[in-house]
Amino acid sequence: MRVVNQPIRKKDAMSLVTGKPVYTGDMVDKNALVVKLLHSPHANAMIQEIETSVAMKVPGIEAIFTYKDVPQKRFTMAGQTYPEPSPYDRLIMDQHIRYNGDIVAIVAGENEKAVNKAMKLIKVKYDVLPAVLDFRTAKDNETLVHPEENWVANCPVGADNKRNLCAHEVSGHGDIDAVMADCDIVMERTYHTKANSQAMMETFRTYTYMDTYGRLNILSATQIVFHIRRIVAQALDIPKSKVRVTKPRIGGGFGAKQTSVTEVYPAFVTWKTGKPAYLVYSREETQTCGCPRHEMELTVKIGAMKDGRIRGLEVYTLSNTGAYGEHGPTTVGLSGHKPIPLYNKYQEAHRFSYDVVYTNVQAAGAYRGYGATQGIFAVETIVNELAAELKMDPVALRELNIVREGQVMPAYYGETCNSCALDRCLAATAERIKWNEKYPCKDMGNGKIRSVGVAMSMQGSSISNCDVGGATIKLNDDGFYALHIGAADMGTGCDTVLAQMAAEVMECDVDNIIVYGADTDISPYDSGSYASSTTYLTGNAVADACTKLRESLQKIGASIMGCSVEETGFDGKKVYRLEAVEGEKNEVSLVDIATASMVNNYYETQFTSMVSSPVSPPPFMVGMAEVEIDTETGDIKVLNYEATVDCGTPINPNLARVQTEGGIGQGIGMALYEDITYGADGAIAENSFMQYKIPTRQDVGRIHVEFEASYEPSQHFGAKSIGEVVINTPSPAIAHAVYKATGVWFRELPITPEKILKGLQEKNK
Amino acid sequence: MLQINRYVKVSSLEEAYELNQKKNNVIIGGMHWLKMMDRMVGTAIDLSGLGLDEIIETEDSFEIGCMVTLRQLEQHEGLNKYTAGAVADAVKDIVGVQFRNTATVGGSIFGRYGFSDVLTVFLALDTTVVCHKAGEVSLQEYVKLPQDRDILVKLIVKKVPMAVAYQAQRHARTDFPILTCAVSYWNGTWHAAVGARPGRAELVVDENKLVSGETATAEEAKAFGKAVAKQLIYNSNMRGSAEYRQQITPVLVKRAMLAAGKGR
Amino acid sequence: MMELKFSLNGKKVSTIIEADSLLIDVVRDLGCLSVKRGCETSNCGLCTVFVNDKPVLSCSVLAARVEGQNVTTLEGLQEEAAEFGAFLADQGAEQCGFCNPGFMMNAIAMFRENPHPEEEEILSYLAGNLCRCSGYEGQLRSIQTYLAFKDSQKGGV
Repeated sequence: MRVVNQPIRKKDAMSLVTGKPVYTGDMVDKNALVVKLLHSPHANAMIQEIETSVAMKVPGIEAIFTYKDVPQKRFTMAGQTYPEPSPYDRLIMDQHIRYNGDIVAIVAGENEKAVNKAMKLIKVKYDVLPAVLDFRTAKDNETLVHPEENWVANCPVGADNKRNLCAHEVSGHGDIDAVMADCDIVMERTYHTKANSQAMMETFRTYTYMDTYGRLNILSATQIVFHIRRIVAQALDIPKSKVRVTKPRIGGGFGAKQTSVTEVYPAFVTWKTGKPAYLVYSREETQTCGCPRHEMELTVKIGAMKDGRIRGLEVYTLSNTGAYGEHGPTTVGLSGHKPIPLYNKYQEAHRFSYDVVYTNVQAAGAYRGYGATQGIFAVETIVNELAAELKMDPVALRELNIVREGQVMPAYYGETCNSCALDRCLAATAERIKWNEKYPCKDMGNGKIRSVGVAMSMQGSSISNCDVGGATIKLNDDGFYALHIGAADMGTGCDTVLAQMAAEVMECDVDNIIVYGADTDISPYDSGSYASSTTYLTGNAVADACTKLRESLQKIGASIMGCSVEETGFDGKKVYRLEAVEGEKNEVSLVDIATASMVNNYYETQFTSMVSSPVSPPPFMVGMAEVEIDTETGDIKVLNYEATVDCGTPINPNLARVQTEGGIGQGIGMALYEDITYGADGAIAENSFMQYKIPTRQDVGRIHVEFEASYEPSQHFGAKSIGEVVINTPSPAIAHAVYKATGVWFRELPITPEKILKGLQEKNK
Repeated sequence: MLQINRYVKVSSLEEAYELNQKKNNVIIGGMHWLKMMDRMVGTAIDLSGLGLDEIIETEDSFEIGCMVTLRQLEQHEGLNKYTAGAVADAVKDIVGVQFRNTATVGGSIFGRYGFSDVLTVFLALDTTVVCHKAGEVSLQEYVKLPQDRDILVKLIVKKVPMAVAYQAQRHARTDFPILTCAVSYWNGTWHAAVGARPGRAELVVDENKLVSGETATAEEAKAFGKAVAKQLIYNSNMRGSAEYRQQITPVLVKRAMLAAGKGR
Repeated sequence: MMELKFSLNGKKVSTIIEADSLLIDVVRDLGCLSVKRGCETSNCGLCTVFVNDKPVLSCSVLAARVEGQNVTTLEGLQEEAAEFGAFLADQGAEQCGFCNPGFMMNAIAMFRENPHPEEEEILSYLAGNLCRCSGYEGQLRSIQTYLAFKDSQKGGV
């Protein structure tokens, strides 16, 4: 392939590295109203009184809105296809406050100082209620997070607001109890993963204004322009035709911007006042009123034979969705459906059940990995624990049990694994990290021990039978093409990756493709950039649209040459007769076709394709961590991280590599530092980058990534996703390495030096 | 949000002192801490025009102006030669170069922050503080005094023959420390300053002579470390428990002592 | 309200500020939109600018303090940014780009201060520049390939 599978520079790269003003905050009218939100200091309360008249007198204040002013139609902020599995449990503001940070008032004014002053002058009387802060106590608690009668679950996800249940399900295949009873060894362990913040560098922000046609325009840092249009229209109770959503460059998303965290508030202000409005969340708001990873407690049961064959897996997940149900019913599914199929080879049965509960803490949302990360930490760790119990090399144990190409995966919705290089990933990673030399550990003297650990991961590529990828390709003067997409490049490089695919089909240079997205008025419909869908699914739409355009170009060429289209070929620069005929016109250049298409033309030169997929082919990955533990202080350092990824064909190897390195970096943060904890009042302690520590460049060791490509037959170029699968291995691989160094299993994240030292001391007692 | 009504770049210490007598006025250092406060400031007093941003090395001391940045401390050849790099070790993990280019010594010491690496390392040296009105006082005494309205003008580090080393336990590399520790041997005695417990650094002196001399053995170092841990008060915060801090104190003290001894 | 005069990217500018105006907001108002804010706690490094050629966090500098000083943002270093930035782009390590201006500024400060940094020195100098996309590895590669390129330009060092 000429353009695909090449490390091409991102189309926006030079603008980004030279600091051009291309983000939401760089495009705001200086006269836009400054919008800020007043947040609740209580975790569960009813607003008894709210007094805003004094605040309104502050010079420069334009409007203050409270729960009394907003429409009473409930909605969800989750960016999902309608009807959303996430319950309709939100109002723009509610009299019932459900977490410490919940929105109490919207204040809009001419400048920040006036708004800050007004915020302090709003007097609120709360009737403070008991709060559900521990998610283990939420189900059937007498305190209900959503006692309201107009709470709605649109999909049958097992939700029941009168039991604090956001979702519940039991699924499986085979007779799991009989299989477990027949196994030589059965182990059961419980694991706990915490809420983590996506911590993208650009905080949540939205700019809104009315346009020439009296329509509400929303310029926002979002991954999901079309869902935002629907969410805002529903929240404001206005027709969708009145809303346009566009996104400029986005300063990172990682799933955070798959939830409509900020859009509705300035939209409401602009709709009410007619004035442009801008809301930018502070880092504190982003940390405390955002949409972090769901905290989960997973109980895993594994049944195996003495020779290492894994015959049964059982996962029960308790997931904490917090005060609202965004992505609650869906993230949990991945905690079982992603890890269990990894051990497919001898698997005779599995059971996967879950409860997703409401609590009075910050609502969770979508974060890269989306439940798979939590499930893989649990299942990969119990497999490592099984290896220890069986005294087997954990790499050998995996080689024996892993899913292979061609197998049907009952725990993965019965899909067949049509592309899989997991076995090669395992072998290649083990070789590069010198597993056989370094496993299990090496005493460095001075109380320091080096050790290695392993984990595997899989994810999906788009949501099967649901997501829609859309692309429009258009021929322009001189023969350059315009590619319109509704997917959102959030730094991932999808504008470039999709242009590479278009260039491959159109047989042109990638510079000959211009890309525009995403704009709900102009772009073809696309579910948006989430669920690892863009390269795989929108990529297929691009290939399909381009294939149609090629055919049409050949028709134009054929009509100019006076032959049938079957007699022609297209090489990117010209349409030509496959067999030249003397005395006839034998070729027409693309430039001439482009020109002809604009004069007396009867052929289409713009094509849109919309695609969905009946399958969600999993990318695979193996990660191995080498750590050094200081047994006197418990200090832990990641020295090296080796990873091998099977994402099918890497469309852009550079971008695929950096995605992987970045995902591993975030995974290391999750394993070692990142935590969200709540005070007695439900307030989050890690409310800034001072307290929520993401890894610095001195904390990640050296990360080395290689690819072992399989070829996915359902994708035009053999590609699968890359964005999410890469975050899943660090936690279990590091937990494994720590065990090898200390002899102690750490089943709760993050694994801090203090926990390690305590674990060592308890073991040595 | 921090609000400031007036900014004055003073032309003398006396002017600064006069302005600073008002309760809602404040002297600004690097501003990193002040900026995060929700506070109304009348006048922000800037000392940056007074030439207090220099480290002056004399035959028997270093005079470190209050506006000297942490980056200057890190890069000062004489100071780091004298402390065998302990001063640079103490500040090198504080947030980042940009932060250290503006954070000031005066701000760190006057603030008496519990997490202060700067305070910890200077406590282990023979350091005094010079205030505009109160004059010269030992750093050890100074930090025990409540924050007053005097002006911290400079630190003076006396060049006594010294072996010194610095250790800290951090979580992520540029995070606040979970424990800080500077040890030094001078005047024939070992000193250990331990901070971020999470309370402010305090100095423990080996008065019982658990360690026989400058070249401490591992056993002696451990014994002194244990004595230090026993003597100090520890508390818990979100970065670590009192127990953990106490447990790793002897380890850091020991390691610093062995490093310091080796350095000479 | 007070008048502030300083040099911004080599040009003398005069503007009206308040006593508590922060440098980041003033330079953004003056059109230097490359300067980004990623936190409120001096932790992220996105707002890095030079004051008298020293990299500082503009979110924590009172604008009043730069009276008469030289302030440089990435807008004033476009050539250097494009030259080194091309190496970042060739790794795909610019990613979302939001941390790029602060990273570029501090990297340029490092190149000026220490033209031949060791790997450890690079990691240490840039530790105050957070990036959530890249895992830092591609940034490191871009610096190392850029340094090798600069050396080869000089005929090797």
